Amino acid sequence: MKHLTPVNRKAARVEAVTKDVVALQQGGPPQQPEPPHIPHGCSLVFSPGWEADRTGGTAGLCQPVERDLFDCHMGCFWPAQVPDQLNHAPDWTAKCAAAQKDWRKIDLIFPDDENKK
Amino acid sequence: MIASTSLSAGQIGLREFHSFEAAGRRFVYLVPSAAVFALDDCSAAVLESLAHGPRAEDELTRDLAERFDAADVTSTIAELHRVRALGRADGAPASVPKIIPLQPVPLQTLVVNVTNQCNLSCTYCYEYGEDKIVDTENGRQPKFMSEATARDAIEFALRESRDNPRAHITFFGGETLMNFPVLKSTIGYARRRAAEAGKEIDFSLTTNATLLRPDVIEFLAEERVGVTISIDGPEEMQDKFRVFNNGAGSYAMAAPKIKALLARHRSRPIGARVTLTRQTLDVRRIYRHLTDELGFWEVGFAPVTTAPGRDYAISDGGFDHLLSQFRDLAAEYLDAALQNRHHGFSNIRETLQEIHHGHAKAYPCGAGLGLMGVSTDGNVALCHRFAGSDDHTLGTVRDGVSWEQQQAFLETHHVSSKTDCTTCWARPICAGGCYHEAHTRYGETTRPNLHYCEWIRGWTHTCLEIYGELAERNPAFLRQFDDEDVAEKVS
Repeated sequence: MKHLTPVNRKAARVEAVTKDVVALQQGGPPQQPEPPHIPHGCSLVFSPGWEADRTGGTAGLCQPVERDLFDCHMGCFWPAQVPDQLNHAPDWTAKCAAAQKDWRKIDLIFPDDENKK
Repeated sequence: MIASTSLSAGQIGLREFHSFEAAGRRFVYLVPSAAVFALDDCSAAVLESLAHGPRAEDELTRDLAERFDAADVTSTIAELHRVRALGRADGAPASVPKIIPLQPVPLQTLVVNVTNQCNLSCTYCYEYGEDKIVDTENGRQPKFMSEATARDAIEFALRESRDNPRAHITFFGGETLMNFPVLKSTIGYARRRAAEAGKEIDFSLTTNATLLRPDVIEFLAEERVGVTISIDGPEEMQDKFRVFNNGAGSYAMAAPKIKALLARHRSRPIGARVTLTRQTLDVRRIYRHLTDELGFWEVGFAPVTTAPGRDYAISDGGFDHLLSQFRDLAAEYLDAALQNRHHGFSNIRETLQEIHHGHAKAYPCGAGLGLMGVSTDGNVALCHRFAGSDDHTLGTVRDGVSWEQQQAFLETHHVSSKTDCTTCWARPICAGGCYHEAHTRYGETTRPNLHYCEWIRGWTHTCLEIYGELAERNPAFLRQFDDEDVAEKVS
């Protein structure tokens, strides 16, 4: 090392063991920059998942979680993790005018209930 | 180089270290590795710049462009990264794994309490005073260790030293010399048994000096027994706390016997061990008296172990005063060391040795590991200060100690379990401090000794400065610390 001088015995050992690592690293292949993370498909469970990207940002992603819930319920024909309004649960969000406030009013739906309808 | 490439991608931030200056040079003491590196101007400038907050490498290079080449700054960053003085600002510092020994550790030092009786009644005594943890007066333990138990202790020490070629026995008390007959016969027995086992064995003891008769002195000198004398300084200081049962001071009786011992016993260096209290904090005066007037080779100081609020407990202001006195003595030590002269301030010697090796301690001491204490009935405890305490027993000298119990102890006392220590730069050297002190102060051995953190950091900083001075101005002096095998001192 050029800028640091090991003084005590431990420092000498630190220098010795890291020398090998540095040599290995210097000889290794050039490192590729990490590719950006691109989400595909829905989040797997009812929890904020890909609503935030790896940097914590939300731009360019799906909507925030509470909006996501409604979008999947109402507009999405794809089998989703929430009951769909189109075929099975037309009143599921009837008491939930604003998900941020009223999400407690959304109840669970079981297959039995659906059969009755 | 990956090290620098991965850094240059983001912001660079400082990792844990403590900076100090000595002999006009800047140094870092890295935490947790305990490595000491000297810095050149460029590395000092990089660290200084990062002290204001994380920066990207190109920012750093630009800031320092007037003083240093970009290439120099880049290689400096790589070196500092390599020794973990800095890292990516958004990355968590590498955590240190908590490693508990997987198999029993060889015993280095066995402290044998040959008696729990004492002919003095020092008011601050942790064994007899207000903070005692074992009832030595009316407890079930014998007041004196029997010869049979002492022999079992020797067998235990030889057995538990495992592959170590050497075993150390320290006789302790009470007043150790009140059981001189057993001590004497045990040394003979131990030498014989060690020779049969093909091991070296050596002995030391701690005494208050009042029972050093000529025949005792003769024996200790002949047998090369290391002697530590508990003494608090000149007469008026010694007699404040180190008194007989009737309150009379012990200086008048101890001093002539110490002189006789020092005159005859030349086979091992003889040290004084001073207990500092609120009332006796004149460290330099004590040191001068014990070395110049009585002739001790070295003197070690330790603040009294006490629950808070005792009359003799050292206050915060007292610790500041103590630190300035220690610094004065440390400066004397440095002057002597630069001229290759001996100086008997043993506290600094011990700390310099630890800095020199760069030990990063997982535990504050060897208690329950390489060091154990035996009570008069043969129970083995964490150390001599817990000898006889049922709550801190690991086994007996006859049946051995329980490795499971030792492991459980190691699990709960590891420095990583001491939350307060995790942000302290002095933890590689302190690791939370004495278990007995913590037990006395806070009622638990697992607690760090928070009442003297400032003092430990202040003192470690001073020792680092002295170490740096010596490394620059008289590096040959530090070679004496190369030897790892130094008998543990107990107090």
